[in-house]
Amino acid sequence: MSEITASAPAGAPGASASARFYLREEHHPENGTLLGFWLYLMSDCLVFACLFAVYAVLGRSYAAGPSGADLFDLPLVAVNTSMLLLSSITYGFAMLEMQRNRLRPVLAWLAVTGLLGAVFIGLELYEFAHLIHEGAGPQRSAFLSSFFTLVGTHGLHVTFGIVWLVTLMVQVSRRGLGPENRRRLMCLSMFWHFLDVVWIGVFTFVYLMGSLP
Amino acid sequence: MFDNPDLTKLIFGRLTWEAIPFHEPILLATFIAVAIGGMAILGALTYYRAWGYLWREWFTSIDHKKIGIMYVILGLVMLLRGFSDAIMMRLQQAVAFGDNLGYLPPHHYDQIFTAHGVIMIFFVAMPLVTGLMNYVVPLQIGARDVAFPFLNNFSFWMTTSGAALVMMSLFVGEFARTGWLAYPPLSGIAYSPDVGVDYYIWSLQIAGIGTLLSGINLIATIVKMRAPGMGLMKMPVFTWTALCTNVLIVAAFPVLTAVLALLSLDRYAGTNFFSNDFGGNAMMYVNLIWIWGHPEVYILVLPVFGIFSEVVATFSRKKLFGYASMVYATVVITILSYLVWLHHFFTMGSGASVNSFFGITTMIISIPTGAKIFNWLFTMYRGRIKFEVPMLWTIGFMVTFVIGGMTGVLLAVPPADFVLHNSLFLIAHFHNVIIGGVLFGLMAGITYWFPKAFGYKLDPFWGKCSFWFWLIGFYLAFMPLYVLGLMGVTRRLSHFEDPSLQIWFQIAAFGAFLIALGILSFLIQLVVSFRRRESLRDTTGDPWNGRTLEWSTASPPPAYNFAFTPRVHDSDAWWDMKKHGYVRPQAGFIPIHMPRNTGAGIVLAALSTVCGFALIWHMWPLAALSFAALLAVAIGHTFNYQRDYHIPADEVVRVEGERTRLLANHV
Repeated sequence: MSEITASAPAGAPGASASARFYLREEHHPENGTLLGFWLYLMSDCLVFACLFAVYAVLGRSYAAGPSGADLFDLPLVAVNTSMLLLSSITYGFAMLEMQRNRLRPVLAWLAVTGLLGAVFIGLELYEFAHLIHEGAGPQRSAFLSSFFTLVGTHGLHVTFGIVWLVTLMVQVSRRGLGPENRRRLMCLSMFWHFLDVVWIGVFTFVYLMGSLP
Repeated sequence: MFDNPDLTKLIFGRLTWEAIPFHEPILLATFIAVAIGGMAILGALTYYRAWGYLWREWFTSIDHKKIGIMYVILGLVMLLRGFSDAIMMRLQQAVAFGDNLGYLPPHHYDQIFTAHGVIMIFFVAMPLVTGLMNYVVPLQIGARDVAFPFLNNFSFWMTTSGAALVMMSLFVGEFARTGWLAYPPLSGIAYSPDVGVDYYIWSLQIAGIGTLLSGINLIATIVKMRAPGMGLMKMPVFTWTALCTNVLIVAAFPVLTAVLALLSLDRYAGTNFFSNDFGGNAMMYVNLIWIWGHPEVYILVLPVFGIFSEVVATFSRKKLFGYASMVYATVVITILSYLVWLHHFFTMGSGASVNSFFGITTMIISIPTGAKIFNWLFTMYRGRIKFEVPMLWTIGFMVTFVIGGMTGVLLAVPPADFVLHNSLFLIAHFHNVIIGGVLFGLMAGITYWFPKAFGYKLDPFWGKCSFWFWLIGFYLAFMPLYVLGLMGVTRRLSHFEDPSLQIWFQIAAFGAFLIALGILSFLIQLVVSFRRRESLRDTTGDPWNGRTLEWSTASPPPAYNFAFTPRVHDSDAWWDMKKHGYVRPQAGFIPIHMPRNTGAGIVLAALSTVCGFALIWHMWPLAALSFAALLAVAIGHTFNYQRDYHIPADEVVRVEGERTRLLANHV
C-alpha cells in the first residue's frame, strides 16, 4: 500500500492529461439546502393552489346555508392579518440581528415572532369555534368545507412553524449562530414569509371577496 | 379490562376479529404461505445473525447506491404481488361465463383490480424508477451522494411504509373496491363505509411524502452537484430525463396529496367536497386526481426513455443521435404533460371546445415522442449493434411502444373516445405503453446496470428467455383486449354472458401465463447469475464499453464513488476520457468527506405506518400517540449535528490499491 502512495503514478503520460480529467484537490459542491427548501415551498404552494381552486369552485355553493357575507367578521380578520404581517417584520428583524451575529436580540425577535403567530392562531381558533357554535361548521355546505379546509391548512402550517421556531430557538441558544443554524433560520424565514404571502391570498380571495354579496 | 366495550372500541376502533378473513380460503391460504415464508426468512436472518449487518449496512444506510438497490428490491417484491392479482383476474375472466361464476366473488374481484392498479403504479413502477435514478444519477454526474442523503433514506422507508399498509390490507380488513383512482361518490363514506378506501388513502399519502421528498432531493442533486465542466447540455440523457421526471414529481404529487386529503376529510370529518348534496362536486375530484395522474404517466416513462437512450448508444457503439433534440423533446413532453389531463374523461361533458383543446394537446405529445423514436433508430443506423439483453428489451420496446402510442392517439380523438371510453380497448392501450414502455425499459435498465451494482453480469440465456416470454406473453395477453374493447366489452367485469367472447379471454389468460414464465425466468436469472458470478465477473468496471461516468469507477463502486471528482468535457464523459488517454490515478489520495448513517428514517417511517394503521381503523389514542412520537423523533433528529465524517486517505489508498491489483490481474 505504502508503495502505491509513495511512487509516482505508474506510466503517467504527463500530469496535464490527468489534470484534464479529474480534480486533485477536494471538491465541494454547492450546498443544496436552500434550493431544496425552495422546491419544497413550491410544492406546498401547489397544495394551497389546489385548495384555492377548490374554494373557487365551491365558494358559492352555500346549500341554502349562510354565505361569507353573513359570516365573516372583517374587523377580527383585519386584526388577525395584522398580527401575521407584523410577525413577518419581526422575523425580518431577527434575521438582521443574525447578520450582525448578535445572539440575544435574535432570540428576542424570534420570541416576539412566535408570540404574534400564537395570537394569530388563537384568534383563528376563536373564529372557528364561533362559526361552529353558530351552526356554520365545515359539514354545513361545500362552501364552508372549502373555507375551513383552506384557512385551517394555513393555520396548521403556522402552528407547525411555531413548533419549528421554538425548536430552533432552543438550538440557537445552545449552539449559537453557526453555519447550520444560520441555514435553518434562513429556511424558517422563507417558510414564515411564504405563509404570509399565502395569507394575503386567503385574506383577499376568501374574506374580502367572500364578503361581497 | 377488555370486557368493557367502550374501552375496547376506544383502543381498537373498528378492528375486530371479523376483520381477519378466516372465511376466505384463498386469502387464508395466502396468509399461511406468507406467514410460513416470512417466518422462514426471519428465522434464517436470526440464525445467521444478519440483523446487525442489515441494520448497519442497509436499513440505516444513506448511501444512494444501497438505497437504490433497496428500492429495486421493493419494486420486484411488489411486482410479484401485483402480478398475482393480474393472473387471478385473467383466470376469473377466462372461466366466468354463463352459469359459471368463476372462483372470485365480486367484492373480492373488485379489491383485486384496485390493488393491482395501485400496486403496479405506486409500489412497482415508482420504486423501480426511483431506485434506478437513485443508483445511477449521482454516478453519472460524478457526485459522491445525493444532496440530502438522510432524506433519501427517509423517502425510501416512507415508500416501504405505504407498501406495507397495502400488504396489511390483504390480511387485516380489506382493500378499496373502487378502482385505482377511487372516484367519489363511490369512494365516499356512504358507498364505501369500510376500511378499504382508508387503506388506499393512507398508504398513498405516506408513500407520497417519500416520493415528493425524493423528487426534491434528486432535483437539488442534479442542479447543484454535477462534476465541474458538466454543463446542462453535457449531462447524460438519463440524467436529463431524471431531472424532468423529478420536476414532474414535485409539480404533480402535491396535487395528489391535496385531493386525497380532501377525500379523507369527506370520509372522516363529514365535509362536502365530493358529496352529492350540500353543494359538493364529485367531478372536481376527477379533475384534480388526473392533474396529478397524467403527469404521473410521464414520471414513469421519461426516465425509461433515458434508459433506452443510454442502452441504444452503448450497444450501437455510437454517440446518441440528436442529443439536443432528445433533451428538447424531453422538456416539451414535461410541459405538455400538464395540458392533457382532461382526455381521461372526455365523456364528462365539458363541451366540444374543451374536449377539442385537450384532444389536440394530447395528439401533439406524440410529436416529441416520435422524435425520440427516430433518434433511437438513427442511433442504430450504421451502428455496430450488439444484441445483448438490454438491447433486446430496447428493440422490443420500440416496436411495442409505437403500437401503444398509435392506439393512444386514436383514443385522443374525442368522438372515438366516446365509443372506447372505459372499454378493454383502453386497458389494452395503457398496458401496451406501460408494459411495452416502462416495464421493458426497467428490465433493460436493470440488466444494463446490474454489473455496475453487483460486480457481475446477469446470465444472458435466462435474460433472453425472460425477454421472449414477456414479449410474446404481452402480445397474447393484450391484443385480444383490443379486439374485445372494439366489440364493446367494458373494463372491471367479473362475469360475462356472451359465450362468443370467451375464446379471447382464454387467449389473454394464456398470454398472462407466458408473462408468468417471463417473471420466473427473471428470478431464475438472478439465482443462476449469482451462482455463476465468478465467470460473469466484471473486473473492469466497464463491462459494456460504456460512455458515461458511472462506468469509469469500479463495479461495484466504492462507498465514495470516485476517488477524485471527475472533470467533464463531453456529454459522453467516460468515452471522451477513454479516447483521450485517461490514466486512472493511483496516488495522491486525500480524505473524503461523506455523510454518516442514521436510523431516524426507518424509525420515522415505522411510526408513520403505525399512525396510518391507527387512522384506518379509527384507533384514535394510538393515532395521537404515534403522531406525537413521530414529531418527537423528527425534532430529536434535528438536534443531531454530527451528520458527516471523513473516509481517511489510508482507506482510499487501500480500496483503490485493491482495484489496481484486480485490473492488473485480469486485463
